[in-house]
Amino acid sequence: MRARVLVRPKQGILDPQGQAVERALPALGFAGVRNVHVGRLIELDVEDPAQLPKMCERLLVNPLIEDYQIVEPADDSIGRSAGAQLPGPGGGGGG
Amino acid sequence: MPAASGPDASAAPADAALRHRALGLTDHEYELIVARLEREPNDVELAMLSLMWSEHCGYKHSRKLLRRLPTAGPYVLLGPGENAGAVDVGDGLAVAFKVESHNHPSAVEPFQGAATGVGGILRDVFAVGARPIAVLDSLRFGEPGSERSRYLLEHAVAGIGHYGNSIGVPTIGGEVYFEPSYEHNCLVNAMCLGLAPRERLIRAAAAGPGNVLVLLGALTGRDGIGGASVLASAELGEADAAKRPSVQIGDPFAEKKLLECCLELLESELLVSLQDLGAAGLTSAASEMASKGGVGLDLDISRVPLREPGMEPFEIMVSESQERMLCVVAPDYVGRVLEVCERWETLATPIGLVTDSGRLRVLSAGGVAGDLPVGVLVDDCPAYDLVPIAPDSPLYAPPAPALAGDESPAALLLALLASPNICSRRPVFEQYDWIVQSRTVRRPEQADAAVLALPDGSAIAVAIDGNGRRVACDPRAGAAEAVYECAANLACVGAEPLGLTNCLNFGNPEKPAVAWQLTEAVEGIAQACEALGVPVVGGNVSLYNEGPGGPIFPTPVIGMVGKLPDATRAGRLAFAREGDAIALAGRFEPSLTGSELARLRGLPATGGLAPVTASAVRDAHEAVRIAVRNEALQNAHDVSEGGLAVALAECCIAGSIGASVALPAGLDPFGEAPGRAFVVSGSEAALAGFQIIGRVGGVELEISAGARSQGASAGAETTGAGGSEITAGAPLLKVAVCELRAAWEQGLSDLR
Amino acid sequence: MKFGVVRFPGSCDDDDALHAAARVGDAVMLWHRDRDLQGVDAVIVPGGFSYGDYLRAGAIARFAPVMEEVAEFALAGGLVLGICNGFQVLCEAGLLPGALLPNASLRFVCRQVSLSVVDADSPFTSRCEPGDRLSIPVKHTTGRYYAPGPVRVLLRYAPGENPNGSQDDIAGVCNEQGNIFGLMPHPEHAVDPLTGSDDGLAIFESMRACVAGGVGA
Repeated sequence: MRARVLVRPKQGILDPQGQAVERALPALGFAGVRNVHVGRLIELDVEDPAQLPKMCERLLVNPLIEDYQIVEPADDSIGRSAGAQLPGPGGGGGG
Repeated sequence: MPAASGPDASAAPADAALRHRALGLTDHEYELIVARLEREPNDVELAMLSLMWSEHCGYKHSRKLLRRLPTAGPYVLLGPGENAGAVDVGDGLAVAFKVESHNHPSAVEPFQGAATGVGGILRDVFAVGARPIAVLDSLRFGEPGSERSRYLLEHAVAGIGHYGNSIGVPTIGGEVYFEPSYEHNCLVNAMCLGLAPRERLIRAAAAGPGNVLVLLGALTGRDGIGGASVLASAELGEADAAKRPSVQIGDPFAEKKLLECCLELLESELLVSLQDLGAAGLTSAASEMASKGGVGLDLDISRVPLREPGMEPFEIMVSESQERMLCVVAPDYVGRVLEVCERWETLATPIGLVTDSGRLRVLSAGGVAGDLPVGVLVDDCPAYDLVPIAPDSPLYAPPAPALAGDESPAALLLALLASPNICSRRPVFEQYDWIVQSRTVRRPEQADAAVLALPDGSAIAVAIDGNGRRVACDPRAGAAEAVYECAANLACVGAEPLGLTNCLNFGNPEKPAVAWQLTEAVEGIAQACEALGVPVVGGNVSLYNEGPGGPIFPTPVIGMVGKLPDATRAGRLAFAREGDAIALAGRFEPSLTGSELARLRGLPATGGLAPVTASAVRDAHEAVRIAVRNEALQNAHDVSEGGLAVALAECCIAGSIGASVALPAGLDPFGEAPGRAFVVSGSEAALAGFQIIGRVGGVELEISAGARSQGASAGAETTGAGGSEITAGAPLLKVAVCELRAAWEQGLSDLR
Repeated sequence: MKFGVVRFPGSCDDDDALHAAARVGDAVMLWHRDRDLQGVDAVIVPGGFSYGDYLRAGAIARFAPVMEEVAEFALAGGLVLGICNGFQVLCEAGLLPGALLPNASLRFVCRQVSLSVVDADSPFTSRCEPGDRLSIPVKHTTGRYYAPGPVRVLLRYAPGENPNGSQDDIAGVCNEQGNIFGLMPHPEHAVDPLTGSDDGLAIFESMRACVAGGVGA
């Protein structure tokens, strides 16, 4: 079963990545954008989805500074944009 | 890329005429291949040949020319042709080093292009058995006003930092230049130094029929397929976006493990030879190893661990997946090699055997996918003669003027200090870890060369330099200047040059004007090396750097390594003590041709550069080097971009102290003549033998125009019992040091 | 005095920590897969990019076999020093409160900074006086300290020197008992005037004094 975990910075913690993106979008001509946060997506094939919350608490997420949401496999509302290249380790952004 | 046809070597597709052209081979080259093989190559073989015969791998247009460079020296341990050159630094140690370009990939994806450029040069160094101990980078972009240039700069710097910092190798120096000429062709050259006990240096030649070929490191995927032949040998047009999937992605964590693994394998003497996989991946690594060793190799590519399912044989052979090495191991040692690799979490897979067939055979599940004589891959690659013809009209448009033309000397000095090619590089180097490994004695901006301590208390110094604008003015003299400037930088810290590496970044060599630039530049480098007695131990060539406006400035980048006997006496850049005398060392006859001021004034890059008197330069370097080693000098700084006024300002800024200086008669404060002259300071007694021009002190830099000193001719040394020896001429400028610093610090502020 | 320096895959400043500690006592390497702490008096978890900083800095390293032993050692009162990535590992392991977030500038920063000693009453700062300035380099991308609850601060960045936006200019904290210390700056890179300052020696010397004196925090 294919599961997805969305991880985002906890509410109230300074998110400079989100702020940087929020500043960059208007500069490119996109108006009316607010409250941007940048997080992580973890995708995994799991035999027992009931284990997911424990996996999150133990390793995938740092509960002190992050919130998470497990997206059920049936709820495939996260599409992939055509032609998108997912960055490799280290990504194309910061170090 | 054509679909692989499998092992049937006799299949000749109807569109055979187009097959080789799509891969970048000329009709003539294809005919040579067919004649040599006495048959048509199949698709796998053609893919391999198209890469080995590409400009990037085969050096078709530069091989003959590079023979001009002197390569012999008393300290040389490894010369050109190995993965990296190496020099003896005493105490049983060797320093291996090399510079390489990653220009085209960086233009397409600057973060990963620059990162994998660092990854590649690191592998070249540990492939000869040396532990990487430092990285330097030489970067060139279009004008900083261009959004694209700022984007490239920001991401290239981030990529270099990401890779170097993660792998724990300090980035200790470098240079950044901005010129319109590089707008469509940025230059990213990465240099690496490594340290090894002399007896651990290893060569790449495969040997011993029956020995086992083992592939180490990352899984093989589709990274960079077509990279070498498509990107490095072709001019970039407007369709760059379509090349995006070819970009290699680097993983410094994987390379860190691979590095430690390889060094342990070498320490334990488990390897016969070692080679890194770079451009053209398995094909070039295997071909080079076999060629150097005069042996053959049988490769079973069905054993290559893959990242992607269903990869074709040609894809496996040309993949440029990063962080992989190939080694030759005696059969009895294979078990121990696999143990060491497992400990370092590094994949290790026997994939072939050394043979005495002289052929490179690619075996897959379906049989023989390819079978070529090693010679046709390496030795038979044609070497072309250049047709150099000096251009009869300027190749480069003049830059837009950045000055109104009526500025006072003070305003000119501030403008130069704030200009993109001179201002502080702090926003760049603060993104690099320059202290890991605990050897860094001189950090960026502390001295003219980086200095790294060696265990016995001595130190090595390293500098990287180039100036495309000046080489464009006068390729022979400009290229020689780059060599002299590197050596001057080393002299400033008290180091004697041991060896040199170079990266030649030029346009399309099939154009006579570019061929002329290349030929003249190589001649200039050769002459300077001969004059200084510094051998070339290795290097790299990057051609076809052309945009819509024509070729880039001819840009040879020189990296030089030297040694000083006492790390505690390494020289510094800053003026240090109130009351110290300031002297100008070396014969200095500057001109504004090719200078930064000429650039700010919007003048074209044309005009001859003043020739260098080699003996005078050697003498000046030696005088400064000895004075630094004797601790006679408080500072030593070579005069380069911006001329003497800028050099003096830089010494004041670094020391947070002012100076008052009277220029020797007739000397233009902003004229340039790199590699020849130095600003030094110290007690008057210590500076005997140099031409005293002023004094350190106060909070302002005050420069007056040249005037004759009383009773002496201009340029002669003067003595006096305290006080200023030279009668000040007309005051030229007087600027507070804090104002100098403000201008200098703000220059790259966009990057903050 | 015997220091143990942990080495993970991806540790970078482990050798530097080893050599720095060796100036003050004996120093041995503790491989991440080994559970034998070799009878050391203090453990140093060094800087670098353990496991590539994958997932989160220190998130994977904290589960290494050696770290289980280090946690037991720490709970029994043993001295543990976490430097940069080591600090991140100790926070992920719950041995220290708080977490390290990305620098406010989003950039890696390598810079010599001036630190102010806040609390000299610990095994790591006993050789200092409160208010002392220590010149020590930082080099990190993820060094912004955050802790919603109370913390015991040993070092702060001097005014104007905070390189990453950490709350209250915090550079280093220890646990309540005072035997576990985490800091972002690199004292192992400040032990020799030849390569910078030697202000970092005070931390290692304090640790030796503590062990020699036979007292805990």
